[in-house]
Amino acid sequence: MNRPTTLYDKIWESHLVDERDDGTCLLYIDRHLVHEVTSPQAFEGLRNTKRSVRRPDLTLAVADHNVPTSDRSIGIEDEESRIQIEALDQNCADFGVELYDMNDIRQGICHVIGPEQGFTLPGTTMVCGDSHTATHGAFGCLAFGIGTSEVEHVLATQTMIQTKAKNMRVTVDGELPIGVTAKDMILAIIGEIGTAGGTGCVVEFAGEAVRALSVEGRMTMCNMTIEAGARAGLIAPDEKTFEYLKGRPKSPKGSTWEASVECWKTLKTDNDASFDIEITLQGGDIIPQVTWGTSPEDVLPITERVPHPTDETDPNRRKKMERSLEYMGLEPGLPLKEIKIDRMFIGSCTNSRIEDLRAAAQVADGRKVADHVSAMVVPGSGLVKEQAEQEGLDKVFIEAGFDWREPGCSMCLGMNPDKLAPGERSASTSNRNFEGRQGPGGRTHLLSPAMAAAAAIKGYLTDVRDLGVD
Amino acid sequence: MQKFDKLTAVAAPLPTINVDTDMIIPARFLKTIKRTGLGKSLFYTLRFDEKGNEREDFVLNKTAYKNAEILVAGDNFGCGSSREHAPWALEDFGIRCIISSSFADIFYNNSFKNGILLIKLPQEDVDKLMEGAERGSNSTITVDLDAQKITGPDDGVFEFDIDPYKKNCLLNGLDDIGLTMQKEGKIHAFEERLKATQPWA
Repeated sequence: MNRPTTLYDKIWESHLVDERDDGTCLLYIDRHLVHEVTSPQAFEGLRNTKRSVRRPDLTLAVADHNVPTSDRSIGIEDEESRIQIEALDQNCADFGVELYDMNDIRQGICHVIGPEQGFTLPGTTMVCGDSHTATHGAFGCLAFGIGTSEVEHVLATQTMIQTKAKNMRVTVDGELPIGVTAKDMILAIIGEIGTAGGTGCVVEFAGEAVRALSVEGRMTMCNMTIEAGARAGLIAPDEKTFEYLKGRPKSPKGSTWEASVECWKTLKTDNDASFDIEITLQGGDIIPQVTWGTSPEDVLPITERVPHPTDETDPNRRKKMERSLEYMGLEPGLPLKEIKIDRMFIGSCTNSRIEDLRAAAQVADGRKVADHVSAMVVPGSGLVKEQAEQEGLDKVFIEAGFDWREPGCSMCLGMNPDKLAPGERSASTSNRNFEGRQGPGGRTHLLSPAMAAAAAIKGYLTDVRDLGVD
Repeated sequence: MQKFDKLTAVAAPLPTINVDTDMIIPARFLKTIKRTGLGKSLFYTLRFDEKGNEREDFVLNKTAYKNAEILVAGDNFGCGSSREHAPWALEDFGIRCIISSSFADIFYNNSFKNGILLIKLPQEDVDKLMEGAERGSNSTITVDLDAQKITGPDDGVFEFDIDPYKKNCLLNGLDDIGLTMQKEGKIHAFEERLKATQPWA
């Protein structure tokens, strides 16, 4: 009988092209997403060495990080951003790579459009020059964020050099309480294991609370696996996954579809497989989460208070905490619900899909954004935007005083016109609260879309459950 | 890629834990289509104040560390994004080696592709080297990649482990795309097999 293996082991082994005696492996890559920020130097490398893109048919490009989310008919004002986007256009034309340009309805954040187009498939390997490539793990796709040298390597060879990671499993048992979402679950996990808790590991998420999530909720979870330091996140595909992918433009069709689903059904961890690290949480214990500091691990239930550095025994951690609180302009002991915000951002590859917008719109419906708050909603793709508009969500947001914008990475990372001013405080559905992440001096509190909408309405970080929303 | 064999240089202490890639180089400096010239933006917010003047209290702005080529860093250095601009900025600034108790995975890989040696040591060894690095320009240490040894300022010797493939690439300055392309036969055979068994992939 074969040795019991994990889902990660299975995908890894089925993609091995070569293995050296020292354990260094050559792994085949089935899908490659390319965007404008981390690819120009890779294409330049190909040109300098007279190499071509080995499999342009397995490569899909989109501009997302730099694009403005306001009216695009006037083009891109920022010269550097414009040059980077023009370079992507030129590189895709020269090397024969399919591109969704800024005016294509299919344009959006690369990790939103991959699944949306059926480019992301179970049992495949995927890479992208972006750490949030982990998102695609929600489909049982082994997906790695890579640097530009590796982007060039994959473009040239359709493989990457890697050593095998450790197996880690995070199980969330039971049911999530009302008002608690996938975002709260992943933030609670990062709070538990820390921002380096998954370093060197591929993390499989399992348990009743994970299985109960929609495919989009699973994407939110896997997306933030990188914030726990892991190389990738994985969730075994199931009927929900197949239902989500069926009929998508790049999904298999006809008899190939039937054959692929039969194959995908075998993609799960064997019962007796062992993991190097196992963590278990009780879903019923999770309370809506919000970050207070400058690392995603600086997270607490909304019912708590800003922590005291004096309670931290490790001197390096205490120092980091003091620095975080100073940067965030927060006093220890302040109830999190008393933190006043200036801005609110719903968007990013973590939370900009249709279900995220529906959850936020449900909170916003019939209410008004607080006078002192500027709130923006940025759909993850042109198709998400279109769907939301068909459902009338744009009207709900606009009537409540939210700004309804064009798709892109927007204020997640402060490299396009959407950014925080120094000292501004934002309730954000994105994935990183690092110093300066949303703009120099900007202060970020990470939370779920429903919690973000609630904060915009109240003007303070708020427990969405207090608004009587389910 | 630049080779790395042996380096004797000043080591600068940066004990902050979880130094993230936004701290190493903020996103607004990623709007370039070149790999070069990023050193001026390295640790931008830590190095410069709002007016663009150097912050005197930042370690790499102190005279003793101006020529540092080695960083002794806090745990989980390089966490966050996959931007290779982080090692490009470090390399352009002149940093060739970083020693810490742990590094984030993507940053770790990216650094080796750019001729920067990252060394993982147990916390107690990092603590000793951090203490040594606090001595300013007297904190010269020697890193010998071939022998996998660090000699500290007091002649204390620390041995380190390293992946043999990465070590070989770094010692010889090898371009790994060229190496992989020699395996074209195996890649092609894999694709043929995949086409037969999983045509949708």
